Amino acid sequence: MDFQVVVLAGGNSKSLTPLVSKDVPKPLLPVANHPVLYYVLHQLEESNLKDLIVVVEGEDAGLLVGAWISGTFVDRLHVEIAAVPEDIGTAGALRAISHYLTAKDILVVSGDLVSDVSPGAVAATHRRHDAVVTATLCCVPISGSSESGSSGGKDKTKKPGRYNIIGLDPRKQFLLHIATEIEKDTRLQKHLLHAVGQMEIRSDLMDAHMYAFKRSVLQEVLDRKDTFQSLKQDVVPYLVRSQLKSEAVLSGIRQAEEDGNEKVSFPNNQVMVSQILANASTPSFHELYSMDADGSAQTRKTHKCCAYIASSSSYCVRLNSIQAFMDINRDVTGEADHLLSDNVIGPSPKLGTKTTVGPHCMLGEGSEMGDKCQVKRSVIGRHCRIGSHVKVVNSVVMNHVTIGDGCIIQGSVICSNVQLLERVVLKDCQVGAGFVVTAGSEYKGESLARKEK
Amino acid sequence: MGAQKKGATARVSEDPEELARHPLQAILLADSFTTKFRPITLERPKVLLPLVNIPMINYTLAWLESAGVEEVFVFCCAHSKQVIDYLESSEWSSQPNFSVTTIESHNSISAGDALRLIYERNVIHGDFVLISGDTVSNMSLTQALQEHKDRRKKDANAIMTMVVKQSKPSPITQQSRLGTDELFMAINPVTKQLLYYEDKAEYSKGFISLDKTLIADNPSVILHNDKQDCYIDICSQEVLSLFTDNFDYQHLRRHFVKGLLVDDIMGYKIFTHEIHSSYAARIDNFRSYDTISKDIIQRWTYPFVPDVLCGSSAIKVERQGTYRASERCTIGSNVTIEGSYIWNNVTIEDGCQLRNAIVCDGVILKSGAVLQPGVILSFKVVVGQQFVVPAYSKVSLLQQPTQQDSDEELEYADSTSGTGELRSDKLNGDIAPDLSETASELGTGGVGYIWTVFEGAYDEEWRHSVAPIPTDKLVKLMLDKDEDEELLTQDGNVISASRELKTDSDGNGSEDDDNEDSRDDYVSFEKEVEATFLRAVHENVKVDLAVLEVNALRLSYNMASVDCGGAIFYSMMKLAVESPHNSASELHRNAADIVTTWQKLLKSFLHDIDEEIEVILKFEEMCLESAKEFAALFPQILHLLYDKEILQEDAILRWADEKEGADESDKVFLKRSEKFIQWLREAEEEEDDEDE
Repeated sequence: MDFQVVVLAGGNSKSLTPLVSKDVPKPLLPVANHPVLYYVLHQLEESNLKDLIVVVEGEDAGLLVGAWISGTFVDRLHVEIAAVPEDIGTAGALRAISHYLTAKDILVVSGDLVSDVSPGAVAATHRRHDAVVTATLCCVPISGSSESGSSGGKDKTKKPGRYNIIGLDPRKQFLLHIATEIEKDTRLQKHLLHAVGQMEIRSDLMDAHMYAFKRSVLQEVLDRKDTFQSLKQDVVPYLVRSQLKSEAVLSGIRQAEEDGNEKVSFPNNQVMVSQILANASTPSFHELYSMDADGSAQTRKTHKCCAYIASSSSYCVRLNSIQAFMDINRDVTGEADHLLSDNVIGPSPKLGTKTTVGPHCMLGEGSEMGDKCQVKRSVIGRHCRIGSHVKVVNSVVMNHVTIGDGCIIQGSVICSNVQLLERVVLKDCQVGAGFVVTAGSEYKGESLARKEK
Repeated sequence: MGAQKKGATARVSEDPEELARHPLQAILLADSFTTKFRPITLERPKVLLPLVNIPMINYTLAWLESAGVEEVFVFCCAHSKQVIDYLESSEWSSQPNFSVTTIESHNSISAGDALRLIYERNVIHGDFVLISGDTVSNMSLTQALQEHKDRRKKDANAIMTMVVKQSKPSPITQQSRLGTDELFMAINPVTKQLLYYEDKAEYSKGFISLDKTLIADNPSVILHNDKQDCYIDICSQEVLSLFTDNFDYQHLRRHFVKGLLVDDIMGYKIFTHEIHSSYAARIDNFRSYDTISKDIIQRWTYPFVPDVLCGSSAIKVERQGTYRASERCTIGSNVTIEGSYIWNNVTIEDGCQLRNAIVCDGVILKSGAVLQPGVILSFKVVVGQQFVVPAYSKVSLLQQPTQQDSDEELEYADSTSGTGELRSDKLNGDIAPDLSETASELGTGGVGYIWTVFEGAYDEEWRHSVAPIPTDKLVKLMLDKDEDEELLTQDGNVISASRELKTDSDGNGSEDDDNEDSRDDYVSFEKEVEATFLRAVHENVKVDLAVLEVNALRLSYNMASVDCGGAIFYSMMKLAVESPHNSASELHRNAADIVTTWQKLLKSFLHDIDEEIEVILKFEEMCLESAKEFAALFPQILHLLYDKEILQEDAILRWADEKEGADESDKVFLKRSEKFIQWLREAEEEEDDEDE
């Protein structure tokens, strides 16, 4: 397939502190003992999309991510790492790597997407309609309200349940309106409604941040609209908004593409009017709009914006908050375990006597546990040492963590290299990498991290 | 006849006991409360105008009868005597299972008034069908009624069911084939609840805005532009009382429906019922008169077609001609008639040409007269020899009412219509005005006035006329629309750009922006705090007491202590600005005095860094908006606050860090206080060095 994939793995999301740090950039944040980026790459590999550019914010992060990818996907994927400056937004990132893009269509995927929606299916939909943009939409997961608006994790994490407002045509193929709930009321363009007749407005769909673009159009838009920063908030809405009026920006490039030096023929209004009147029920409103006098060449430029709606059973969550992190860890070890290709319990963890590990748990290789421990619905990373009488419930413990005897950990995230001394009680806490929790301390709902210089 | 059978089954399928209590009732409004059919309606009520040679009201009554309605209340206002006389002399007064009762009014000016009057009469005892006397339909009410009843049982607030029908407006003129304006409706696809209704589309506005809560409450909403309102409503009794409660409701749709949709206190709901194969349409203007006439001739409305309705052999279905001559008309030779409606007793002499015209009873066209498209000739008009009546003219024996509804009174057009029609009622008997001076208006031997068209009404002329819309208009419209769209797309860009700026600038999480409602609250909260503070200053209230008072305010407004800090600081600075001062340094001294006196009050609401940052942000905002005089003093005040230990250096530095990424315009104050921040940073480093 002539498809290039851009994985946007940027964003040191503030909402994920203290889980992410300089040493663990967001794409490498382990989810069920795999970096979150693994899930996207795995999904792409499954769809046979192997020509990838992974965009990372910052040179350091780029090196770390590059090292991991070459170690994990060696020979399986053709990956280039592109490091871009921080905080330039998703559109900015694409603009920065624009010269790498050569294929006819580009698939842009957010690197924090944990999903089983097939990128191949999205690409196929895009091709079938010859669309300019195809956005992937999925039903809002019932369990977590983890959808937060912006790309790059810039803001808005404090607002739960921020959904998108999506307008679809009656056959649910085309995207007619897309907006995050920024304005108070939703404003819809009337001329679009005139063209389609009826529009379904859904607020229960989530934009999965997987877009297919026509390369030429994408580059054109990025070039011309240099204020656009975000794909989701600027580029896609712009394309959707102008879909019946695209010659304003796109005629030049399309002309060049379709036919060497064909001149734009101005529409002969008289004939066009009669055509439109006569064809009151043409199948597609795009066709209706692009009708010409002789019906051959396009005079009125339209472009198609498609929607790929994933089936309601598919799994699709973005890792953009701590809550989402917890949810994904739980789901990946539980109901959505098909996302992982390898086995859940690593080889030969050493368990003490009377230690129980409940279902929906994951133990990394080389981890040791003492006597009479309980682990329920939790993920424990590699080479952890866990003492006796330790209770771990609904929690995520990353690699190389030492947990002293008698600790009780509930609903918490323990990052790598953390030391919990004896009888620590943590409830709904996040402990940043390398932190040492003193013996006997109790914390509830707090975020503990080393002070970074 | 099929529909009649269906009507019968409707009665059977209804709840037997309910049927016993309430026979199905209907209210038929025999007055449209509009002026669209003038000048014809000055002399005869609209419902009695012939539609394919049968008065319109007959179609409506016949349908009601077939649909299982047993009792109809005909509300008459304009020309009420004519309507009543007609009904009494017609067959409708003597039907066995179908009673027609007239309700007469002389001062109703709107549908709202009519329903209020009917409510007073206390004749409606259950669900009823609300319809106007100019509606043609053959739909079966069974299903719609059943749906309505079922919904009522579950939810007593579901008081109305509107019948809608698929009809896509023309992409160019934005009006339906009935000549009505485009209609936007939002409907919940599952429950069929009507959520939004906009019929008087403002052409200038290219957007529709849906309320946020509407979308939040309904995961899926379908916005329709391709539906037509049939003006057939199934209502519950509450509808009448609602009209009485809201005495300002006039128009059924514009006031009542919109009123219910906007009002979320009562929680009344309106639902829709879509019909697919049956026919329903309302004659709202001359264009729909034309369209529906054609539909009837092509028998879309079967069984309600003239030959069935009349039952006489006088009218037969003939070939589908372009014109239909009526009783006792005389048509000369060499006459061309195209797409026109010629009523009774019309004389057309030799060599006349008629295109898309309506010619009422008793009109005489002298030889060689030409009617251009869209002409309306009212009763007994005489057009002189060889005279050419210009397109879209309306000609009547009656003079145009002088207090015509002007543009700005469009809302009240209803009222003038009512009275206008009333007055003409009186005139009706003796139409013998002095016409000699006006004869010239219609050529030699012509009789009648050509009504002048008001400015601004031209648009309506061709939109609503019987004549098809001329091509040049269409082309012009299309070009206009293109320009509009161009503008719209550009507009959109502007919007998105500004939004972008916004998201950038509030990257530091000022939470007020999140939520407009709380913002309003905040503003009033701020005012209260300011008042409290001023009182404290003027009455020398102790700091502890002031703290208590502000805390009480905080609780009653449900604010965070972050907001208190901001609000108190705001009040302090405002006081400083308002105290007399001549120069910047005096202002600085004012501020310093106030801050020193009240630092304890401010400090008691600044528990952590976030709150302190809020104060800085607040200050920034003030410098930009309400108290620009401080703009120059920004770094000094910042320093002052630092000295007084109101702000910790961490807060200032974090503010500076966050601002680092902001837009240039946003960094004005950061730049001004650069030196101070630099100094802070160095101090911090030194400290750190000492620590190590």
